[in-house]
Amino acid sequence: MDVLTLSRLQFAITSMFHFIFVPLTLGLSVLVAMMETRYVLSGNEMYKRMAKFWGKLFLINFALGVVTGITMEFQFGMNWAEYSRYVGDIFGAPLAIEATVAFFMESVFIGVWAFGWDKVGRRFHAVSIWLVALATNLSGLWILLANGWMQHPVGYVLRNGRAEMVDFMALITNPFGLLKFGHQIVSGYTVAGFFVMGISAYHLLKARNREFFKASFGMAAVFALAASIMVAVIGDFHAADVAKTQPAKFAAMEAVWNSCSNAPMHLIAFPDEKNECNLVSALPVPGLLSFLAFHDTNAQIRGITSFPKDERPPVLPVFLSFRLMVGLGTLFILLSAAGLFLSRNGLLEKYPLFLKLLVLCIPLPYIANQLGWLVSEVGRQPWIVYGIMKTSDAVSKSLELSQVIGSLLGFTLLYGLLGFVDIYLLAKFARKGPEETHVGATNAFRN
Amino acid sequence: MDLHIVWFVLWGVLWAVYFMLDGFVLGAGMLHRVLGKTDIDRRVVINSFGPVWDGNEVWLITAGGATFAAFPTTYALMFSYLYTPLLLLLFGLIVRGVSFEFRSKEESAAWRGCWDWAIVLSSFVPALLFGVAFGNIFSGLPMDQAGYHGSLVALLNPYGIVSGLLFVMLFLEHGALYVAVKSTGELSRRAESLARTLWIPLLVVAVAFLGYTNFATKLYDNYLKTPVLLVAPIVAVAALIGVRVLLGKGNTLSAFTASCVTILGVVGTGVIGLFPNLIPSSLDTLYSLTIYNSSSSEYTLRIMTAVAFMFVPVVILYKIWVYRIFRGRVTAEGVAADHEAY
Repeated sequence: MDVLTLSRLQFAITSMFHFIFVPLTLGLSVLVAMMETRYVLSGNEMYKRMAKFWGKLFLINFALGVVTGITMEFQFGMNWAEYSRYVGDIFGAPLAIEATVAFFMESVFIGVWAFGWDKVGRRFHAVSIWLVALATNLSGLWILLANGWMQHPVGYVLRNGRAEMVDFMALITNPFGLLKFGHQIVSGYTVAGFFVMGISAYHLLKARNREFFKASFGMAAVFALAASIMVAVIGDFHAADVAKTQPAKFAAMEAVWNSCSNAPMHLIAFPDEKNECNLVSALPVPGLLSFLAFHDTNAQIRGITSFPKDERPPVLPVFLSFRLMVGLGTLFILLSAAGLFLSRNGLLEKYPLFLKLLVLCIPLPYIANQLGWLVSEVGRQPWIVYGIMKTSDAVSKSLELSQVIGSLLGFTLLYGLLGFVDIYLLAKFARKGPEETHVGATNAFRN
Repeated sequence: MDLHIVWFVLWGVLWAVYFMLDGFVLGAGMLHRVLGKTDIDRRVVINSFGPVWDGNEVWLITAGGATFAAFPTTYALMFSYLYTPLLLLLFGLIVRGVSFEFRSKEESAAWRGCWDWAIVLSSFVPALLFGVAFGNIFSGLPMDQAGYHGSLVALLNPYGIVSGLLFVMLFLEHGALYVAVKSTGELSRRAESLARTLWIPLLVVAVAFLGYTNFATKLYDNYLKTPVLLVAPIVAVAALIGVRVLLGKGNTLSAFTASCVTILGVVGTGVIGLFPNLIPSSLDTLYSLTIYNSSSSEYTLRIMTAVAFMFVPVVILYKIWVYRIFRGRVTAEGVAADHEAY
């Protein structure tokens, strides 16, 4: 193993770990804000308790999201110094703007929200969680504009031995980044929707705080259904954009080896990388792939073999991740539609099996989110900036192997430990009902 | 207007404000076990900065982001050359953040004791390493066209260590004063008296640092060339003396304010001395990273300047507003009654 491989592994581990916490933060902040707004508008105390109960889980999750985010910023300089030097002129800007316009707002108002229940007025308090939600989503926008630039570089020239920005507007209107942002945000909402549905289902099975959790479930089901439909719709646009801007990634996603027009979609396929063909490909739907990519059944799809060998992404992981992600996405639409139907008709508790299923489904949107990033980031390889810079040229030159081995071990141990504790606490407070979370002065040390 | 200079000033201001704001959290974190004899006292200390620590830490993220956007070459080389110390610092910041959140989520004394020590250690390590890193930046890193020739051990040179101690002492004093201001009764008195005790070693380290700087760095050159700049170190020293005088009068809030000025002055002194370097080379000035040879393009600097001038004032306004919301002292009764507290 060399510095490059270990740095890549480290980046994969630290970003995927960071990404366990981010999607829930994106969605749960909005859900909690909606709950608190209902409280402010109706004066119904149950919605206040809802905001507090789900807010507690939000805070436990939020803490790890924030601290693991710092790692991401540091790592660009630490492990990817050549990258930072080469593209910093254009890539640094969205990161700095994210800190200034989004991260400050998020971190300041989360303090107001968590500690300000008795210090600011009701309305202001609700506004503060909306500001947190807005800032969290705005953070996502800037980060995905930065990532979108790596995927589809725009608004730059190569000059003075580096990429220099010449068009800021192009950077912030980059369709790749905006589509990715749209797709990611609603994926985060799906995670939050299933998180709240799953935990509510758990309590409904135990028949505790039924009104409270039925109301939570109802809100989450609407949220999850709307979000998961949006995921599919924006995802479709996103994939079509990928077909145009990153044909090698698209070919890997669909395991298309040879260029062809009127390309069929094989419902069952399995790629064989060594022989550059598909081991299995059955149930073709003629022209569907061409249609999905270019909205024209006769459009030409470039195959993997049309790219030089050193410019191809690994096909199998990209293909499998994509298929699995799409499959899960479809499942989310069906499950949340069923959830909404049952909850609207007051039938939830009649179907304990469905409730049990939803508890088990809590991790699935998380997995779908991770798979999406695998498609996106592995599919971009061997490029770090598509078409401009290869990942192998991006790694820091001054690093020694021992340093990266040390940091990788450190991250693995630390993140493993913290992840374990965080999930333990999330589970503990999720299992507790809202009454236990809401402790008064008599329970001085409970928290 | 030379945008390079604008960004150099902003760069210095971001670091200075970060150390002023996170300095008291790091200091209080290091001291919370010493100051808090009981669990509830410790919770008072942690909750004294509970609503604001996260927002304070963002100044660091912004300082990092600003370095990346405005001086990408410096960002790339600084972070990769200082790999191991920055990694340890990062681990410190990660552990500190989750410790605040996790500590009071279980009743057990063993659980809380564990996170208490995690807070102490994860406050001490970043404080020390920031000092070591900045000391080494002040004295220059061994770099030439072939790259970096240093190591972790080389960073722990005597000057780096003195500088690290200075940061630790500054933050300890700052943290003790903050707790004195933000808490009540016995805890507040204990913090105030600890601030008095800590002031003497702080003064000793500060004098040693100022003297050593003359031999280990070229920071004073700018001051000899442009004596009017001496206002920064003079303010720093005057404020440091002010801390003790005001403490003698029992005015802890003014003493804390003076401590804020001390930190701003110390960082300002270092940054002014560096100009126009961001990281001098200790081998040959030809390879120093300056605000000119490591900066972004004029275009990027213009965009970033517009963003900074539009949004930083807004950030400062709402931060001041939030500090006003949470003004006043944190009491044991208040923490015990507030189920949202840490």
